[in-house]
Amino acid sequence: MSLTREQIASIATLARLELSAAEVPDYQDTLSRIIDFVGALEACQTAGVTPMAHPLAGLSQRLRPDEVTETDHHELYQQNAPQVEAGLYLVPKVIE
Amino acid sequence: MSEFHKLGLTALAAGLRARKFSSVELTGALLERIEASQQALNAFISVLREPALAQAAAADRELAAGRGGPLAGVPIAHKDLFCTEGVRTTCGSRMLGNFVAPYDATVVAKLKRSGAIVIGKTNMDEFAMGSSNETSYYGPVRNPWDPHLVPGGSSGGSAAAVAARLVPGATATDTGGSIRQPAALCGITGMKPTYGRVSRYGMVAFASSLDQGGTLTASAADAALMLREMAGFDARDSTSVDTPVPDYVAALEEPLKGLRIGLLREFFDKGLDAHNEQRVREALKVFESLGARLEEVSLPHLPLSVPVYYVVAPAECSSNLARYDGVRFGHRCENPRDLNDLYRRSRGEGFGDEVKRRIMTGTYVLSAGYYDAYYIKAQRVRALINADFISAFKSVDVLMGPTTPTPAFALGAKTSDPITMYLNDIYTIGANLAGLPAISVPCGFVQDLPVGLQIVGPHFSEARVLTAAHAFQRATEWHTRIPAAYA
Repeated sequence: MSLTREQIASIATLARLELSAAEVPDYQDTLSRIIDFVGALEACQTAGVTPMAHPLAGLSQRLRPDEVTETDHHELYQQNAPQVEAGLYLVPKVIE
Repeated sequence: MSEFHKLGLTALAAGLRARKFSSVELTGALLERIEASQQALNAFISVLREPALAQAAAADRELAAGRGGPLAGVPIAHKDLFCTEGVRTTCGSRMLGNFVAPYDATVVAKLKRSGAIVIGKTNMDEFAMGSSNETSYYGPVRNPWDPHLVPGGSSGGSAAAVAARLVPGATATDTGGSIRQPAALCGITGMKPTYGRVSRYGMVAFASSLDQGGTLTASAADAALMLREMAGFDARDSTSVDTPVPDYVAALEEPLKGLRIGLLREFFDKGLDAHNEQRVREALKVFESLGARLEEVSLPHLPLSVPVYYVVAPAECSSNLARYDGVRFGHRCENPRDLNDLYRRSRGEGFGDEVKRRIMTGTYVLSAGYYDAYYIKAQRVRALINADFISAFKSVDVLMGPTTPTPAFALGAKTSDPITMYLNDIYTIGANLAGLPAISVPCGFVQDLPVGLQIVGPHFSEARVLTAAHAFQRATEWHTRIPAAYA
């Protein structure tokens, strides 16, 4: 199987990744090879097998009481933000 | 010149407690070794000289007062994906180049409570995606046995640091072999516990159903001590398992006699280097001489573990790494035109080639029209591999085989073809897919390069796996070998 330039561009759009024109042929080649490689799964008989979504079979997700356990750390956390003003994260204008 | 580096974690902890030397002396001596080797090995991304010495002085005061935890005053290093409060935590990526963790990962907090000194943060493949430590934004790590060779990955910095005896122990993580494979290539002991045994809170996520924290140390006895201090239930990790942690150290001396060892037929395949195989078979003879019984077992679906992994891990990676949006933390591009441009360029610039490849692979296998054919199919085959392991453990206590197909390879040798690189983890991925505990221990040399033996146990059998590894290390001395340049 060979992925086209257009397919790579569409995957990159879904993944919100800017690729340079020079990067595309390499991803076309390597992604095609990876998809071929994992294609080996197709031949495996899996009828009636329940897909495994958790590595420890039979365990269910734990719940906790609906109580406030955390305090407000926004000032500390926003120290890592690229752009903050008045306690708000800044992004380019979304709505005209 | 001090001889501290020749002592392991257990011996250093005992020496500090007996006040034979101080933590300040020990930490200072190891800092000198780290700084002297940094140019040659590049094992560290951050060296925390001043804070480490301050922690050491505090540990000395505790010890003088007869207090302090089991690791009081012992310097260790953390793989640079464990959040460490107030310290840059990069995950080997440009994306997190300026990220200062606002809190401690549970693993970091527990080891601090046990008294360990954080001496530095180790280099790694970017976001733990790699098997050679060549995908790090901060440059490759070199193998202490031969600087032309890779240390393995993704925990290459932690493995090189322990192999060169810069630290007596380092934390690491294993998603598809990232603890065991570098341990094998660097000639040390690498322990990956059962999924859920060690908290993932504050451990930067790659593939959440596979990621598990563990240890890199010289010996299995040291791994038992370090793991005992790291493991345990954590309400902050929703997949943490609420099962008591046994005293792995106390269990070490239990006799091996009668242990039923399964030889994994699928591990002795045509990809296995003949010399590696010879060392592993010699190790199995040692186990026989200790009273264990060998029998061959087959896990018919195991050869599909690498294809399963390269659907499941990239799928989870594409989802986990969606959080890097250039808004709340991490790299942001210059002068974004609009929000979409901000996302696309921040991510395009912040992530390296292999990370982008895995995000795109994951995006593809999860996209409409392909989800069932790839993702659900892989999860079904994963269930079959898990069932193979469970059935094998009905007749044997542990499984053994090689950790890797070959010893360490040259830098650049496998970077042009991702599949060739991925196949390096062919013997390690199975334990991740099934969530099983597994260890790699040094079992000999091929042309002066170390070879690893892998021991895999049933869920939550860390004590049994460590005890078997320890019995082997009492009968052999491979784990005591130190690369000549660092002896």
